[in-house]
Amino acid sequence: MESEGNSQGGARVITVSSGKGGVGKTTATANLGISLASLGNRVAVIDADIGLRNLDIIMGLENRIVYDLVDVVEGRSKLRQAMIKHKKFDDLFLIPAAQTRDKMAVSPEDMTRVTEELREDFDYILIDSPAGIERGFRNALEPADEVLIVTNPEVSAVRDADRIVGLIEAAEKGPGRLIINRLKTDLVRKGEMLSSDDVYDILGLAIIGIIPEDEAVLSASNSGIPVALNMNSQAGMAFSHVARRIMGEDVPFMNLDGNPGIFRRLMRLFDGR
Amino acid sequence: MPEELIAIKGSNDGLLISLSTTEKWQSVTDELARRIDDKRAFFTGAAIVVELGARPVPKYELSSLKALLERRGLSLSLVRSDSDTTRQSARALELKSSSNGSPARSTRRYAEAMPANPEEAGGRGVIFRRTLRSGRTIHSEGHVVVFGDVNPGAKVIAAGDVIVWGKLRGTVHAGALGDETAVVCALDMNPGQLRIASYIVTSPPGKRGKILPEIASIRDNQIVVEARD
Repeated sequence: MESEGNSQGGARVITVSSGKGGVGKTTATANLGISLASLGNRVAVIDADIGLRNLDIIMGLENRIVYDLVDVVEGRSKLRQAMIKHKKFDDLFLIPAAQTRDKMAVSPEDMTRVTEELREDFDYILIDSPAGIERGFRNALEPADEVLIVTNPEVSAVRDADRIVGLIEAAEKGPGRLIINRLKTDLVRKGEMLSSDDVYDILGLAIIGIIPEDEAVLSASNSGIPVALNMNSQAGMAFSHVARRIMGEDVPFMNLDGNPGIFRRLMRLFDGR
Repeated sequence: MPEELIAIKGSNDGLLISLSTTEKWQSVTDELARRIDDKRAFFTGAAIVVELGARPVPKYELSSLKALLERRGLSLSLVRSDSDTTRQSARALELKSSSNGSPARSTRRYAEAMPANPEEAGGRGVIFRRTLRSGRTIHSEGHVVVFGDVNPGAKVIAAGDVIVWGKLRGTVHAGALGDETAVVCALDMNPGQLRIASYIVTSPPGKRGKILPEIASIRDNQIVVEARD
């Protein structure tokens, strides 16, 4: 993995990005943070979506916010004061976004400064990138050692992911690895949804996780108890597998991934595909 | 024509348009407008670098040039000039400017890595050694070779031929300045839209047969795609 090492030592900074909104970036960030922490890592999660903060809600920490990222950047608070400890994991911290400002309040250099300050004390720093390709995305990209791209198995999300990957490559942050979120196995079987193979065919990126559609995700987000804490849910399981792959383990993909069965593969052979 | 009013070629920063330093400003800009209107498809969406040489260009003239380009959907990304007057005009209009020999360089790394206008440009030809992803455009006055795929949403526009050593799924325009002998080759030919000179076709929808390298060219006033074996 070329992105494994980081020159500075300490934490690895991983930015979660997508281009298109609503594909599940924030949900993925929260769940990966929880999963990594539950596997014994020291984790900081930063919400870089200034103006539209969500990560605190999904992690169930909304009511504990006193200071936020903009307060830190503008010197109104120390970084430590803005870090909110998770209720369940002592080594998991959130740095929330400001709600009253916009993305111009933070610069890419500010983000680098904040992550440099955190690197020594953590194993992983996750950054939740806002949708779009403008300033907010650049803020989130600048300090990254690696980028995870979240996409849904649908044409418009894949197109936006492709655009983002182009920008990530141009910034020399590697091509990144892919999380395919909200895959509906039954639809893929019927040929009504893109399969993970189809997505790979277009983007040509290594896939680090395939998260099945799971109603537990929605109720978990609403209640502030991320699905990664629920090992009975397939999505929770899938996120925990992604976390272990981030840590360098070789975890086989669950057998639900909507890859075409042997029959369709044979059909493709006859098709010459 | 005694002296060329305008010269157009590819550069690292976009399409480089050199304007005569001696002819009347009005006739130079008229000629520029005519040339662009003539070959709309070639210029579409391009970033323009204007080379003005030693000619001092006052603010109102530069501003009318900028408007002329913008009306045609082109952005004036850089003004190159040896004249202080011209560079002052550029600054007043918040345009990037540079004197010759010292190309404008952005100081911020991220701005450089992600240019506002994600284009590649080249003079005689361009070789692009990776997959061309959605939102990117290659313009060339010569031929274009892509070692990789051209994804949906990406565009290749060339005055000459286009060769894709990979899957062609985006939009491609060969012979964009009117050369009807230009061709498009791809290992897997399935473009969103394929143009040669002024002819346009789209890929037929539905199942495709065996995938072979194919070549598209104009024959009997239409675009024909055939396998090469």
